[in-house]
Amino acid sequence: MRYKQKRRLKIAFIVGVIALAIFLYSFYGINLGLDLEGGAHIVLQAQETEGRTIDRETMAGIVSVIERRVNELGLSEPVIQTEGSDRIIVELPAVDNPSEAIQTIGRTAMLTIRNPEGEVLLTGDRITDARASYDEHGRAVVSFQLDREGSREFEEITRMYMGQRIGIYLDDEQLTNPTVQSVIRDQGQITGYANVREAEEHAILIREGALPVPVEVMESRTVGPTLGAIAIQQSIRAGLIGLALVALYMIFYYKFPGILAASSLIIYGIVMMGTLAGLQAVLTLPGIAGIILSIGMAVDANIIIFERIKDERNSGKSIRAAIDAGFKRAYITIVDANVTTLITASILAYFTTGAVRGFAVTLIIGILVSMFTAFLITRSLIDVFSQSSMIQTEQSFGANRGVQQNV
Amino acid sequence: MFNFDSSKLDLMGKRKIWFIVGGAVVILSLLSLLVFGLNLGIDFAGGTIIEFSFAEEVTTEDVRGVLTEVGIAEDATLQTTTEDEYQGIIIRTGELAPDEIEQVENAVLAEFSGAEVLRTDMVGPTIGEELRRQALLALLVAGLAMVAYISFRFEPKFAITTLATLSHDVIFTVGIFALLGREINTAFVAALLTIVGYSINDTIVIFDRIRENMKLYRKMPFIEQANRAVVDTLPRSINTSMTTLVAILAIYFFGGAAIRTFMLALFIGLAVGTYSSIFVASPILVSWDIRSKAKAKS
Repeated sequence: MRYKQKRRLKIAFIVGVIALAIFLYSFYGINLGLDLEGGAHIVLQAQETEGRTIDRETMAGIVSVIERRVNELGLSEPVIQTEGSDRIIVELPAVDNPSEAIQTIGRTAMLTIRNPEGEVLLTGDRITDARASYDEHGRAVVSFQLDREGSREFEEITRMYMGQRIGIYLDDEQLTNPTVQSVIRDQGQITGYANVREAEEHAILIREGALPVPVEVMESRTVGPTLGAIAIQQSIRAGLIGLALVALYMIFYYKFPGILAASSLIIYGIVMMGTLAGLQAVLTLPGIAGIILSIGMAVDANIIIFERIKDERNSGKSIRAAIDAGFKRAYITIVDANVTTLITASILAYFTTGAVRGFAVTLIIGILVSMFTAFLITRSLIDVFSQSSMIQTEQSFGANRGVQQNV
Repeated sequence: MFNFDSSKLDLMGKRKIWFIVGGAVVILSLLSLLVFGLNLGIDFAGGTIIEFSFAEEVTTEDVRGVLTEVGIAEDATLQTTTEDEYQGIIIRTGELAPDEIEQVENAVLAEFSGAEVLRTDMVGPTIGEELRRQALLALLVAGLAMVAYISFRFEPKFAITTLATLSHDVIFTVGIFALLGREINTAFVAALLTIVGYSINDTIVIFDRIRENMKLYRKMPFIEQANRAVVDTLPRSINTSMTTLVAILAIYFFGGAAIRTFMLALFIGLAVGTYSSIFVASPILVSWDIRSKAKAKS
């Protein structure tokens, strides 16, 4: 009776784990990296100029300009982040013409003030600063300053276009087109912002366009959608064939327990996918390599356990006792072997970036999941079937007790 | 089924042979590295790769003609690729500016109808240098951390032996790649790391058995404890490497071009990793033990 209850509990546990993994997978899905989904990965580096040093403010400005351009290209789910002191990483999934996008993004910003006909009246290099602030009525504004030459020119411009609209352009896109309300010399204000955050956004863009910091494309990698799709399809096909061959080998060698090991490998695959989805990890080609390595380790854990059980069985123990002792002894081996690899992977994940890091992170997840499936799933599966005649048979686990008796 | 008898199979007694083989392997690998050098891909050396697929038959001369026309990357190396899904041409050249890449793309797309840009990779020289530095630093720190853990769980000499074994595996794999002239890219580094992972795993499993035998058969000389451990874990070593190598071969043949170099490195590395955990790691431990005991006596 107690055995039956335990058995039910174990079956419920296995089913529960599978259900949770499938739920996580279907709820969150797997985020594919650019190398699998197609897209562009660009690393830009800000170049110091005579006028400006690279600091956090400059970087924030460059990021704003790039964000604006990416939005104009109409790209979905872009990732733009700074790395280190002077780098910006831009990731554009599913971009149609990556090379054109890279060029647009890497262009140096250029601020101009134009008349209603679109003719350039003043270039941005005459503007020395732009900040968000409030005017005397408490409205959010952008206050800007001009240098001496600029003051002289802008005085003329504002006199000429009094009461008309002039446009402030970043690259070829209009930021705003305020009406000239007074003659402006060295200091002016742009009104018409709903709040100070909106004004701050424009102030950053005006500053950036006025004293642009050129960026250099350090690295760019683009993968077309065709190649990404082929890569996924090939990976899945290869993974399935590989898994099937491994399962066949295990069944051939270990007989019925081999079927249990193959099932626990399949469960490992499902749990791994669920975990990756739940953690919202991004799957890349090097990440798949990490998974392959951890599949290897999951198989290995099963083999170590089975070999131990076989040894115990050959030394004359009953099947139940052999399973108990085999697992107990295999634990130490598997933990020591996996912890050593975990240490290596964690350090790699900490010290590196990009592809190597993607590899290390999936490897860490994979090792943890493989230990979980080996210790809990394989164990439960074997316990559930431990009374079955298929496990009780002399040949299971590749044991040779029966063979020796015949010799 | 594999069943071995440690009283009949004396692997540790023949360790001189394994040392000669191991030494020769390391020396030949280093020689190959010295003579042929490494074929550093753009990930490390910097440069540009553009890969196209075509709907019609296009030769490298056709593409070279287009490059000459636009006057960009005229000295590029061109290579055809044939996959189940497409046939294409890879252009490899030095670092190109974004607008140059686009010009090349547009010219090729205009010349051949049904052409498609599969991928472009451009890596500046600084990135490659950083990658190399990062990978080396990470490997160094990982090595130290591993030595610390193994020293703590086993003994310092087990840790140092593991490091020596890993170096053997890495040097061999790199040597083979130098010999074959295969491209060294980020995937190759990931493969080396995987090999290191597997090799640690393999070595620790055997060391774990040696540790167990040291407790179980206290009176037995170390060489016998080690031999018994190696022979008793042989079925596991064979089964694990068989299953893994079978899976790797499947991925090598069916996984596509992008992953092939990676799989080749893995295949070589895993084979040598299994070999070395048996024929390099344990023999070193045995010789170490015999020497230190001889010293203690004298």
